[in-house]
Amino acid sequence: MGQNPQQLVNAEGESLTVEQAIENLRQTADTGLRYYAAWWLGRFRVAQPEAIAGLVSALEDEGDRAPDGGYPLRRNAARALGKLGDRTVVPALIQCLECEDYYVRESAAQALESLGDPQAIPALRSLLAGGVAAAVAVPDKPHLVQPYNAVLEALGTLGATDAVDEITPFLEHEVAQVQNAATRALYQLTGQATYCDRLVERLQEPNLQLRRSAMMDLGAIGYLPAAQPIAATLAENSLKLIALQGVLDAHLRQIGFPQRGLTDEARQVLLLMDELL
Amino acid sequence: MVVAVHHLAAAQDVAAIPTLITVLGYNNPGAAVAAVDGLVALGQDAVPALLEQIDGYNYGARAWAIRAVALIGDPRALPVLLETAKGDFALSVRRAAARGLGTIDWAKLPSDQAPSSQQEVLSVLIGAAQDPEWVVRYAAMAALEGLAKALAAPETQKPPILACLQQVFHHDETPAVQARAGKALETLGELADAIN
Repeated sequence: MGQNPQQLVNAEGESLTVEQAIENLRQTADTGLRYYAAWWLGRFRVAQPEAIAGLVSALEDEGDRAPDGGYPLRRNAARALGKLGDRTVVPALIQCLECEDYYVRESAAQALESLGDPQAIPALRSLLAGGVAAAVAVPDKPHLVQPYNAVLEALGTLGATDAVDEITPFLEHEVAQVQNAATRALYQLTGQATYCDRLVERLQEPNLQLRRSAMMDLGAIGYLPAAQPIAATLAENSLKLIALQGVLDAHLRQIGFPQRGLTDEARQVLLLMDELL
Repeated sequence: MVVAVHHLAAAQDVAAIPTLITVLGYNNPGAAVAAVDGLVALGQDAVPALLEQIDGYNYGARAWAIRAVALIGDPRALPVLLETAKGDFALSVRRAAARGLGTIDWAKLPSDQAPSSQQEVLSVLIGAAQDPEWVVRYAAMAALEGLAKALAAPETQKPPILACLQQVFHHDETPAVQARAGKALETLGELADAIN
């Protein structure tokens, strides 16, 4: 709904205006305030030029450092920029793909996916260098050397058809979520339903995390035949509703809703969603 | 435990109600789902005990109990559903309560009370149509459809429902919510007007 950011309140229940949030982001004395302001501006979709400029400069912040050496403010700023829809920030986000902090690279790849600018494709592809053989875990860290999920998903969404040959081997990566990301990207790039059927099969996995991940991937790519299996899989209603919303939204875009009214397929998905409320 | 709860739920015995309600508080989603199914199958017999549970302090159990009374549709749950749909901090609870407001069995309420109760439900649902969470707005659309079909005073109460559905159909930021409003308008025979 058309929320007025001026009236929204912060996590402590205090009201924060757009002006204050931008000011909090600009100042450098209090890193906590800056970090929160970056999140707030993204959450409430404040896309005015001052906010964008403040967030772009936060991508180069040196002041806010996590115990692991990471850059919390840069991560938040990249995520926020992904939500604001302003493609002038794409070059700055591409720079972030080289940041030493894994989570900054991951946030930047996700933001670049949201912004939908194919300009980012070469830089994203370069993170796949070395292929599956290089895609190993970092010792003592809960992640791989690169944010492969985010990179593969972004390449799929951005229509990187030239990257199909590089992406295909990731179908056999040892991490199931990476396989899912590659599957999802290859469906987007080739339109072949067999890729989606692999994800639908995953909805039967005994592991809840894998079922959740496959469900969210199917929602993200909007694969209509997955609606019934998503509704039937064993997982939380809240997540099923989000996945079904994704499936329905993609279908609605295709049929020219709302001008053309509803289709039987749309009515079916709505029925499934009603049952999960 | 999940299997035991399934058996207990399948027995459809009012003597099982207190046990099924206790299960809602165990923080075991599989068992809670089975217990909710059992309680819903028992229908209005389970309502007084469920309402008592909702007054208690166990938050998780409260959410499941809201879901159960929402699915049963007994008008004795109206005050708690209205309060929850308006103000609960958990979106999944607001969602379940909003849905429940659309599936109240109005025939169980003395007929002179229906118009004013329905007016209250109407106001809360129109408020829920502005909720920041899309899924709560979605549930509100489903509930407005249910309410519109059961109105005791349609001449005064149907117009504001249709206005709200049309507003959401044209302007909500989430296509799935727009579509749910569209389906409600279609069911009420008003979709063609809304598109043109």
